[in-house]
Amino acid sequence: MFASENGLKGDPRLEAISAAIRVVPDFPKKGIMFQDITTLLLDHKAFKHTIDIFVDRYRDMQISVVAGVEARGFLFGPSIALAIGAKFIPLRKPGKLPGKVISESYELEYGHDRLEMHVGTVEPRERVIIIDDLVATGGTLSAAISLLESQGAEVVECACVIGLPEVKGQHKLKGKPLYVLVEPSGVDEFC
Amino acid sequence: MQTIIISSPLVSHRLSLALPVPRSPLINYHHGAPPSIRLSSHRFTNSLRLFSSAAAAAAASRDSEMATEDVQDPRIAKIAASIRVIPDFPKPGIMFQDITTLLLDTEAFKDTIALFVDRYKGKDISVVAGVEARGFIFGPPIALAIGAKFVPMRKPKKLPGKVISEEYSLEYGTDKIEMHVGAVEPGERAIIIDDLIATGGTLAAAIRLLERVGVKIVECACVIELPELKGKEKLGETPLFVLVSSA
Repeated sequence: MFASENGLKGDPRLEAISAAIRVVPDFPKKGIMFQDITTLLLDHKAFKHTIDIFVDRYRDMQISVVAGVEARGFLFGPSIALAIGAKFIPLRKPGKLPGKVISESYELEYGHDRLEMHVGTVEPRERVIIIDDLVATGGTLSAAISLLESQGAEVVECACVIGLPEVKGQHKLKGKPLYVLVEPSGVDEFC
Repeated sequence: MQTIIISSPLVSHRLSLALPVPRSPLINYHHGAPPSIRLSSHRFTNSLRLFSSAAAAAAASRDSEMATEDVQDPRIAKIAASIRVIPDFPKPGIMFQDITTLLLDTEAFKDTIALFVDRYKGKDISVVAGVEARGFIFGPPIALAIGAKFVPMRKPKKLPGKVISEEYSLEYGTDKIEMHVGAVEPGERAIIIDDLIATGGTLAAAIRLLERVGVKIVECACVIELPELKGKEKLGETPLFVLVSSA
């Protein structure tokens, strides 16, 4: 699941990526150590490494669709899609997509939210990867998987830059493999 | 600011009264600095023939400026054709320019990015700022290709760190965009990316935000412009570059 266990052990690029991610304590509320990837985007080399690692993994897997979860999935997905010759499909919050959509709800800590996708964007049996910046509980990714599978697509893998420890149990990802580059950075690294 | 309209009328064989999805006439033009790319594409619907005749007449009178323009870039027509128009979204009367269909066309998406990259690489641009959320789709690939940082400009309360914000007017009320403090340095050269410029309110706010911290905005770049809304007038001295223009 983690890149370091998946052939990239000791790869210095992973360290550079991890170092470029900023931790913001108590955002959006007290007790949460928010993993801020905006600092990764400011580090051109580390950002390029991030994309390169995903591209190297997926370029020979006959992936024809990269689906990205709004909004931070949009920061990584299109570059991957362009490099591997795949379509990019944005998965969005309700009311944003202008055409006919299908939607799937998912649980938040308090309440729920919905994810939408345009109909007619994937063909049955197209091979898809789903991208987001971070996976925590897997709720959003599960909703994304449901949307794509309901259109007949085959979700090959979910890919995130950062993976929180609680996602080790994969049942929430409906049995789909998950590929993650780094674990969350600790705040100590930034003293 | 000089408006350059490059037009070579191209009446599409698809022109008919029974078009199932309305297509807008697409004329490319850009403003400000001498163009390094001459792009032009036309497709006309019946209802907009008057507009296109006027454009053709205007272009004819500027033949001397046209003389040095390059021929139409074939990539533009494909990009324009890949954009879907959705009537009455988000509300009645609005013809929404949907770029999600462009993202499904791998060649058109690749060409879109290539056109921007060709224009901005080697110009000492160290910042690509992209406006949430559709600017996040086009900005990062451009930033990566030209060796620049990508700076997301977001709606309030999304960015986790210390931010500066800029308010701008909506039809009813106001909104704000935000940027992280420290993302950019004074003296850096930036381009601002969004999928579309309509009234120009968001882009103008983005310009003000970056200028407040000493950044020079070299240009605003959008895939689509809605020229009737005169968004470029809100951009002041900052040039605007668009690939397709939709009336």
